[in-house]
Amino acid sequence: MASQHQDPGTGAYLIRGAAILGGAPEDLLIRDGIIEARGLNLAAGGATVIEAAGLVALPGMVDIHTHLREPGREDAETVETGTRAAALGGYTAVHAMANSTPVADTAGVVEQVLTLGRTAGWVDVRPVGAVTVGLAGEQLAELGAMADSRARVRVFSDDGICVHDPVLMRRALEYVKAFDGVVAQHAQEPRLTAGAQMNEGEVSAVLGLAGWPAVAEESIIARDVLLAQHVGSRLHVCHVSTAGSVEIIRWAKSRGVNVTAEVTPHHLWLTDELARSYDPVYKVNPPLRTDADVQALRAALADGTIDVVGTDHAPHPSEHKECEWAQAAMGMTGLETALSVVQHTMIETGLMGWADFARVTSTAPAAIGRVADQGRPLDAGEPANVILVDPAARWTVDPSKMATMGRNSPFAGRELPGKVVATFFKGHPTVLDGRLNTPYRWLPETAEMPGTPTAATAGRN
Amino acid sequence: MRHLLSTEDLSLSDAIRILDTAEEMAAVGEREVKKLPTLRGRTVVNLFFEDSTRTRISFEAAAKRLSADVINFAAKGSSVSKGESLKDTAQTLSAMGADAVVIRHWASGAPHRLAATDWIDAAVINAGDGTHEHPTQALLDAFTMRRHWSKLAGIPSAGAGLLGMRVAIAGDVLHSRVARSNVWLLRTLGAEVTLVAPPTLLPIGVDKWPCRVSYDLDETLARGVDAMMMLRVQGERMNASFFPTTREYSRRWGFDDTRLRTLDTLGLKDTIIMHPGPMNRGLEISAAAADSPRSTVLAQVRNGVSIRMAVLYLLLSGDSRGPAGTSKASPTTVTKESH
Repeated sequence: MASQHQDPGTGAYLIRGAAILGGAPEDLLIRDGIIEARGLNLAAGGATVIEAAGLVALPGMVDIHTHLREPGREDAETVETGTRAAALGGYTAVHAMANSTPVADTAGVVEQVLTLGRTAGWVDVRPVGAVTVGLAGEQLAELGAMADSRARVRVFSDDGICVHDPVLMRRALEYVKAFDGVVAQHAQEPRLTAGAQMNEGEVSAVLGLAGWPAVAEESIIARDVLLAQHVGSRLHVCHVSTAGSVEIIRWAKSRGVNVTAEVTPHHLWLTDELARSYDPVYKVNPPLRTDADVQALRAALADGTIDVVGTDHAPHPSEHKECEWAQAAMGMTGLETALSVVQHTMIETGLMGWADFARVTSTAPAAIGRVADQGRPLDAGEPANVILVDPAARWTVDPSKMATMGRNSPFAGRELPGKVVATFFKGHPTVLDGRLNTPYRWLPETAEMPGTPTAATAGRN
Repeated sequence: MRHLLSTEDLSLSDAIRILDTAEEMAAVGEREVKKLPTLRGRTVVNLFFEDSTRTRISFEAAAKRLSADVINFAAKGSSVSKGESLKDTAQTLSAMGADAVVIRHWASGAPHRLAATDWIDAAVINAGDGTHEHPTQALLDAFTMRRHWSKLAGIPSAGAGLLGMRVAIAGDVLHSRVARSNVWLLRTLGAEVTLVAPPTLLPIGVDKWPCRVSYDLDETLARGVDAMMMLRVQGERMNASFFPTTREYSRRWGFDDTRLRTLDTLGLKDTIIMHPGPMNRGLEISAAAADSPRSTVLAQVRNGVSIRMAVLYLLLSGDSRGPAGTSKASPTTVTKESH
């Protein structure tokens, strides 16, 4: 593994004949962390040549919703293992959710996560700050201190728990305007979901598992979009899971509310029918819904009502899944399967092309998180966060072979399309030939800060 | 049959075979020596994660009448209460050589987990899981109904179903594993089921079940009922606003003395009154109804042993662990052998 500091003078790669965003084959010359040139028949000029015929070149994916578990639950995942998984999955940035132990509710914790991410070097780890102290929903965390910290937090979320107090939610939405932040809401009315185990409907009725009704999500989203409109703030809705939520968000956008929404890969495919096995690998929050919901979510992602795909990657130790359904932890891994699942559900169904894929997995999530050097066009002068995907590849999901420590993939045993062949993070290949290469080595502190506005990105979104 | 996990996936032929076998077993219970050597040397574990004296002793009596060795494993006072997982408990029982595990668990689906994983290689019998199913309760209810229904029709019970029998089940359907198991099994046997409950105590999605649903017990009785099954209602439900007070519940959905008299008024002279027990006298059923000649409460308990004997026999003896529907040794042969 490379231990030297990243020498900006050595990394030069000529990607030859890749279909950029699925278009006609072109070359990309990467040098010094930048896309130096894009065009036909570029000269290598000493760069390492990567033959990419048949591969699609895309901007590095940006996950708006990742649980890296560190600090606190290093038995489930560490920043190192989680970001290895991210790089293999085609990501160059992930937003690390705040529900660690201790909770990422202070500048100290978010800076710790930032440092862990840079030490690992596989992707840009963007810490998410908690909205409330200890995720307790009672008192605002020091949002400004986290925003001003080295981590430059812009996304705030109590994810896992809903900011259900309407006054607190209103204040949080208002307060983050001071530093262009966004509140990412986990929409779950707590009283309607006490003890909830799965989607409430025909299947829960038969299985005798306590129901998590769609209305518990939809009522919070309805409230929040009205609050966001009232105070003129930016709202992001995490893991939208129901057809009704889609309708509410569509309505809010038509009224000009500054709201963005996310869907997970698993909600684009799986349904509550899988709970009939009582296998907790299918237990997740929000729960798997019905096929009508799945179809509505796909349509919403295709038409832009839902802006981004977020994995909600949630690794758990095996003992938290090898048990009774009611005892099991909620959550699924997702970083290493997201691209394939989105290809299967959105591209192979004809709902989207690769340019749309780039929008929902890179451009839009980078914009929501205000990550200036990610989600950029693959053009000369842009940061070289690039992935190469073989859309014709087929592979069978084997959780034991994944880089994440979590074995809780609901796609285990399924054959999926599409494989990440290479991931370039800041011009450095973190993944080559579908395998981990070496991490990017950050220059010492004081160097370039992620998220620093540049002329190229000022005023975006 | 490899396991008995639910009645939802129990075929008509398997259901009839269990009921018919239970008739044979009932004959054993009427003899002076109430014991068969069939399961000698086999070990049945009663794995109870939830208190249930009735169901446990019923299974224990059933296993002992078949000469099985019985181990009672109660979660309270065991390593389970010290945080041992279901997986570890199952593997421990497996290492001890359990041939069948009778599991009662507060978590819906726990028996399915035992059956679907490689934690234990034993026949799994669901003795009630959470708010999911309680298949042997439904089987003993069906057994009780079938005897009554066949007698009215003047035909033998053996081989019969419940075609045309009108069964009403009233009470807390939402939280009831008994109701679920009964709905599926009674459908399979051809009965016409009506669920009666306040709307708050019916699950969302009940409209897709193979039964009628009514909020009105009196209307249901007026349409004609051959078996009236009352479900236990926990008074504490009132604290979660499922109903305003126990008195209001009792007035609208309880089988009280007035409704008992109504059966006579309506000319329903052969209608039986059932309850899986334990009863809340004065809440979902009045003392007069529970003690009336129409009540089958004690017969249900008696029949429970026969049903559980039949299930243990069919799952554990000889070739019966193959796929359902293959030919089996007749239980009649066994009773003859035991003479």
